[in-house]
Amino acid sequence: MSTITTEEVRLLAQLSNIQLSDEEVDSLKEDIPNILGYVDMLGELDTEGIEPTYQVNSLENVFREDVVDQGSVTRENLLSIAPESLENQVKVPKVL
Amino acid sequence: MTIQEIRDRVVRGESTAREEVEAALSRAEQANGYHALLSTIRDRALERADMIDLQIKNGEEVGPLAGVPFVAKDNYLVFGAPTTAASHMLEDFVAPLQATVIERLEHAGAICIGKTNLDAFAHGGSTENSAFGVTNNAYDMTKVAGGSSGGSAVLAALDVVPFALGSDTGGSIRQPASFNGVYGYKPTYGMTSRYGVVAMASSTDTMGCFAKTAEDTELVMSIMSGKDDKDLTTLDDYFVAMPATTDKLKIGVIRESLTDDVDPEVKRVTHEFVTRLESMGHTVEEVDLPMAKYALAIYYIIVPAEVSSNLARYDGIRYGLRADGVHELTELYGLSRDQGFMPENKRRIMIGSYVLSSGYYDAYFQQASRARTILINQYNALFEKYDLLLTPTAPTPAFGIGDNVDDPIKMYLADIMTVPPSLAGLPALNVPAGKSETGLPIGVQLVGPAKRDDLVFALAKQMEKAS
Repeated sequence: MSTITTEEVRLLAQLSNIQLSDEEVDSLKEDIPNILGYVDMLGELDTEGIEPTYQVNSLENVFREDVVDQGSVTRENLLSIAPESLENQVKVPKVL
Repeated sequence: MTIQEIRDRVVRGESTAREEVEAALSRAEQANGYHALLSTIRDRALERADMIDLQIKNGEEVGPLAGVPFVAKDNYLVFGAPTTAASHMLEDFVAPLQATVIERLEHAGAICIGKTNLDAFAHGGSTENSAFGVTNNAYDMTKVAGGSSGGSAVLAALDVVPFALGSDTGGSIRQPASFNGVYGYKPTYGMTSRYGVVAMASSTDTMGCFAKTAEDTELVMSIMSGKDDKDLTTLDDYFVAMPATTDKLKIGVIRESLTDDVDPEVKRVTHEFVTRLESMGHTVEEVDLPMAKYALAIYYIIVPAEVSSNLARYDGIRYGLRADGVHELTELYGLSRDQGFMPENKRRIMIGSYVLSSGYYDAYFQQASRARTILINQYNALFEKYDLLLTPTAPTPAFGIGDNVDDPIKMYLADIMTVPPSLAGLPALNVPAGKSETGLPIGVQLVGPAKRDDLVFALAKQMEKAS
């Protein structure tokens, strides 16, 4: 891939939930194809029949008892880090 | 100033934990010009020091790091301390909980005195992507500290503290260690808990440290490591500090790491290191790791994919920056994320969204994940014949501040030696090995098989003793 359109950058920004300025879109329009152009070299590898690796130390399905461990975290200190709170709840803009 | 020396004089009453903490804080202040520290933790550190001094006075047993001050990269959560990840997103965030490795170090008596600068969210190789300014190299103020754990590397190099914590996803401990002439260790994936450290790429994130000696590095790692119920990718406890080996080892130097693209002085230092290994009776041979040349491409697909998922949590709702004056939810997400992230964070998130999107998932993410398997298989084949592998840690000594900021690919290439072991989850150590003609440190990287962290340290300690 050698180019990417403004609309495609805008779509990626939307998928990523980032509201970019026009300048940022312009600069990403250059950077993204450069990076993709570099990683495109993987296309030349034959990976037919190779299992993908997502996790390197082959641990899987590590179970524990289904009990709540709150550790040292309290409702008060979680609320204290929220940008806005009201009566023990995190305040957000109206959704509907 | 080794960890053992500090601990001994505190326990013997020749100094106190309080004096050690105060001295470290004053050294930190003298090192202000390097801009390696983002915040100091004075009150809590002195409180903890007094507690340890009281235990010693009362003749109680104290831990192996009693009274030893340290600093942590500012993506580690430390109770009540700011944890910014060097980003505007978390500029006002105060940790409501604490990283498991900090708990373990505190339990052993170590005292955290400050939080160090990094590339925002650990995205970068120079600490130039920090929202709060660049950190200068310990040897040359015009050069970068390396990154992303640049602040920790510099403070360890300047002897402000005997050890410093970093996180390493693709080289973020080893590369700045190389640039600042200190040991820097990235353990086997799963040896150290990731709990309570700002997540970057969960399949390669590891917690490690910087120190001035191999022995101190190993000591700290032995305390940090172990199974943690809060991180289900942690391995059963297997790592204990071992005596330096006298066994003759077989070491493979990776041919692909000594190409023409590598700085001649880096090659010279690597060859000198090989000569020293041979003079100590070890066998060194050149070996091939053909997938090495694809490793960076694999990394810059898989890591952005994981980054885009891990950083989705920063939405301006429950914690972190919330954009002002917005009354609509989608816009609140979009603007909070635009204002909270640095350009490199946005680049990686968007590349991640791209390689995971339905039309490109197979061609990019799946292809990279399969290529990762081939890389791991090639490592496994090498470790059937060789005990350890050797490469330079970085292709160049520290580069100039500003030299690579306009070219993401050039910046990514600084990690070309450190990324392959990360993708395979292997233990790797930067060993300070020499200097350039202009006096910049150059390091080499020792890489071991998974869970053979002990072997990496055994050789490093043997080399250290002999030099």
